[in-house]
Amino acid sequence: MDPNIFKYIWRYSRSSQTVVLSLVIGSLPFYFMMLDLPRNIVNGPIQGKGFENPDATATFLKFSIPLPGFLRDIFGSASFTIFEGFELSREPYLLALSFSLLLLVAINGIFKLQINTLKGRMGERVLRRLRFQLFDRILRFPTTHVRKVRQAEVASMIKDEVEPLGGFIGDAFVQPAFLGGQAITALMFIMIQSFWLGLVAGLIVMIQGFIIPSLRRQILEMGRKRQLVARHLAGRVGEVVDGALEIHAHDTSHYERAEITGRLGQIFQLRFDIYRRKFRVKFLNNILAQVTPFIFYSVGGYFAIRGRMDIGQLVAALVAYKELPTPVKELIDWDQQRMDVQIKYESIISQFNPEGMIAPELQDPDRSEDAPLSGMLSAVRVTLEDEVGVKLLDGVSFSFDVRSHVAITGAVGGGQEYLGLVLARLVFPNAGRLSIGGRDMSLLPEAVTGRRISYAGGDSVLFARSVRENMLYGLMHRPLTPPLVLDENPRREAMERWEIKRSGNSQYDMRADWIDYQAAGAQGPFDIDNQIAAALDVVLLSEDIYQFGLRGSINPGEHTLLSANILQARSVLRGLLTDAEIGALVEPFDPGRYNQNATLSENLLFGTAVGGVFALSNLMQNGYFQSVLDKAGLMPELTRMGLTIAETMIELFSGIAPGHPFFDQFSFIAADDLQEYQEIISRTARVDLDELSATDRMRLAALMLNYCESRHRLGLMNPELEQRVLTARSAFASGLPPEFRGAIEFYDPGEFNSAASLLDNILFGRVIYGQAEAQSRIGGLINEVVGQLNLRWEIFRVGLNFNTGARGRFLSSVQRQKLALAKAILKRPDLLVVSEAVSLLDARSQQQILKNIKQFCQGRGLIWIGGQPDLNKEFDQILVIEDGKIVEQGKFEDLSQSGGHLPKLIAVG
Amino acid sequence: MQLNDEVELLRKVALFSNIEPAKLKLLAFTSERMNFDAGQSLMRQGDLGNAAYLILSGEADILVDAGGGPVRVASVGRNGFVGEMAVLRDQPRTATVTAVTDVSTLKITKESFFQLIEDSPKIAIELMRILAQRLETTTIDLTGARARLRAAGIDAN
Repeated sequence: MDPNIFKYIWRYSRSSQTVVLSLVIGSLPFYFMMLDLPRNIVNGPIQGKGFENPDATATFLKFSIPLPGFLRDIFGSASFTIFEGFELSREPYLLALSFSLLLLVAINGIFKLQINTLKGRMGERVLRRLRFQLFDRILRFPTTHVRKVRQAEVASMIKDEVEPLGGFIGDAFVQPAFLGGQAITALMFIMIQSFWLGLVAGLIVMIQGFIIPSLRRQILEMGRKRQLVARHLAGRVGEVVDGALEIHAHDTSHYERAEITGRLGQIFQLRFDIYRRKFRVKFLNNILAQVTPFIFYSVGGYFAIRGRMDIGQLVAALVAYKELPTPVKELIDWDQQRMDVQIKYESIISQFNPEGMIAPELQDPDRSEDAPLSGMLSAVRVTLEDEVGVKLLDGVSFSFDVRSHVAITGAVGGGQEYLGLVLARLVFPNAGRLSIGGRDMSLLPEAVTGRRISYAGGDSVLFARSVRENMLYGLMHRPLTPPLVLDENPRREAMERWEIKRSGNSQYDMRADWIDYQAAGAQGPFDIDNQIAAALDVVLLSEDIYQFGLRGSINPGEHTLLSANILQARSVLRGLLTDAEIGALVEPFDPGRYNQNATLSENLLFGTAVGGVFALSNLMQNGYFQSVLDKAGLMPELTRMGLTIAETMIELFSGIAPGHPFFDQFSFIAADDLQEYQEIISRTARVDLDELSATDRMRLAALMLNYCESRHRLGLMNPELEQRVLTARSAFASGLPPEFRGAIEFYDPGEFNSAASLLDNILFGRVIYGQAEAQSRIGGLINEVVGQLNLRWEIFRVGLNFNTGARGRFLSSVQRQKLALAKAILKRPDLLVVSEAVSLLDARSQQQILKNIKQFCQGRGLIWIGGQPDLNKEFDQILVIEDGKIVEQGKFEDLSQSGGHLPKLIAVG
Repeated sequence: MQLNDEVELLRKVALFSNIEPAKLKLLAFTSERMNFDAGQSLMRQGDLGNAAYLILSGEADILVDAGGGPVRVASVGRNGFVGEMAVLRDQPRTATVTAVTDVSTLKITKESFFQLIEDSPKIAIELMRILAQRLETTTIDLTGARARLRAAGIDAN
């Protein structure tokens, strides 16, 4: 990237800049005419020049071109007249000229509008390109650098810090041309009227433009010096305070007084100098502002009297002079902005220029290859250093068939994870050579390394998408089939394409189908889920995904068959639960009974809220809900119990830092609301509960909504209250106003509830609290039913829609590792590098997954790094690495003889 | 049994005896009540654990399997506190605890337990004391066992 912002801007907006600049130049004659017209108005119709005779007329709008000598003979006149014009008498002529002035003002305005619009678009385009280029550079950062980058900083550079550059881009060339052009035109105009007046005006502009900024700069410089001296003074005063004892002990107080006096004198001198200069500048400015009119009036007036200048010219010169300061001032501002922006630009691009950037050719998407990787994978003296020169890998050499299964193991910190990164070509070694089948790996394009090699590390990042989309992420290298639906507005579509081209952004269409189904062994979107399931089976994650599916919900309109099957599962389960022993673990939803294992609001609504109307946070504010509570006479009791909850919560949670997960998990009151409830409680000390304001009472009663006796154990519920809740339940359902019909789905034993999860739909009740293994036993029973009805596959597919959250935070760390590994497998690579990718799993799962992966990798290369050393029996070769060096290499049987490194590792591991 | 009764029981556990009631109430509130039928296990040796149990009522056996099948090493009853070791260090359970009668417990999760330690450093000191005591007992046992092995002519190292 150009180190100079002007060069950068010019390179990417040359043609637009030329257009705007030519517009600027085109606008100047009109500007000149606008300055010139007042002279004509004053001299002609106002002063009566040419109208000495009452019948005299003047010619308006006569256009003629003066002809050069040789043409004069041909045409027989000194000029060629295009338009003869109109003959107008004095008043109409005045009017005509005045309207012309108005017209010129409008024309100049339109020029300005056009120039500004073009400038804006140009600026936005270059800004878009700049942002894209910075982002593109992030994608080409060497991975070792990316780890050091503070992501928030880089993100804010692309988002915020380039923003002011955008504003400047449009102005970079146009502003000085436009303002300078105006200033020069005005100056020239004055000069044409009178050379000397022009000279004076020019001189004054020079003073303003050069001397004043430089004087100001001196003042700024002195200000900085003053700050420094003041800081020293403060430091010295502090020292004196610290050393007070010392001063008294040696009677040096007068020395200190003199010392400080000297410093105060320095500050005084500096401040006084600043004042003097400041006022000198002000004085100069004022004088300049006042002297110019003085010269214009006196000298110009003298010229006018002497007839060397007419009144019109003088007026016009004055008008033109009035126009001068604005462009000059803006030019000075522009210059300041220029310095500012240049510094900012340099600091930004220096952040985006790390050493060892990946060459763009390596990311060429068209350089993929059909032939699978083959031959020997060899390392010759491969060395990798970190940024301070510590050798992470130190002259590593080895060679094995790329299709063989190799384990790399070593003690923690041995460097094996770096070897994994280097082998997957995610990090380029500092020295040495890696090759596959004789081809230098550092020259292989990402289209080969990123498709033929898969890498799964211990901390792979998941994006905030569904499980399915995360899985497919490894198959999206470039769009394969064009989008089915284009924008319905073809003009806008074309515009967008044009702008993308103009700003050098990516030409690929996001809406296209990017998924390389073939690479995953599928035909297309309809059977890709089979491959995903197979990959998830390898890493033992399918069961979890199925569980996500159970906890997911579906739209019965789209899944008619599945929703009907779920209802069937509900009735099958109901049959199984008639067995008294296991049936005791579930409390089914019964319209006529209070569910002890559900909250009060669940019991009241007896349904699932759809949208926000009856959501827990809005429920108490809902007028209809309030009326139901009032009619059932529940409010006073709920308020009283809410008060108990509030008191308990404040007792329990006021000592806990806001943001602690306990608030989300356990507290009835959010951290931010504790204070408010504290105030409500203190109010109840003064007045009775029923004298509290309606809002306070509602706030208290709302706490009860989430209460469930068997879970929270505060001893608040009683059978009589439950009975009244049941009355309110049926009142709520029967009186539901039509506008709220869609806001809740009631628990109906015969209906699918689209707002509830599949699990809740099957269970149609609550597993009771506090009985050991109740959840798992009921879960097992549900699995049985699902298996019996063959619903597993469809529920699993619902689970693939589960959103993993930013960085996969809705998954456990074990699930994250498994999913990342499955993603690497789905791609069906020629070489799979698994680097500490199952480190968080228990030994048994690690073993099982390794077995599955070895099965999957028949005919493919596998490099297995880390993990338990005794897992390594089944590998063709084992490399033992220590302090970045290969210390042992061979088969498990050979290396496991005592005395070597491997047995030691196994003993420790 | 309500929250306040559970707090009373917690105070009777040596580890918690010096803790303010409000903190114990938080511990109880953030913990789950869990009942086990006779024969059900509170925890199994080798499983990963994330909770400790305070026994509110009933009897349970502590069983250790050192390779030759489970051996009962102790039993716990009301106020007994089990499973805290696995909570302190992320390691598999070292013993199986099985209910002999119906057992009612308070299941204290790792998060609640650590919150309590964060709030009351006293607990941490108390914990250290208990652990040191256990270590001392174990060391004495080990020394004794080694001495006996040596006496029997077997090298214990």
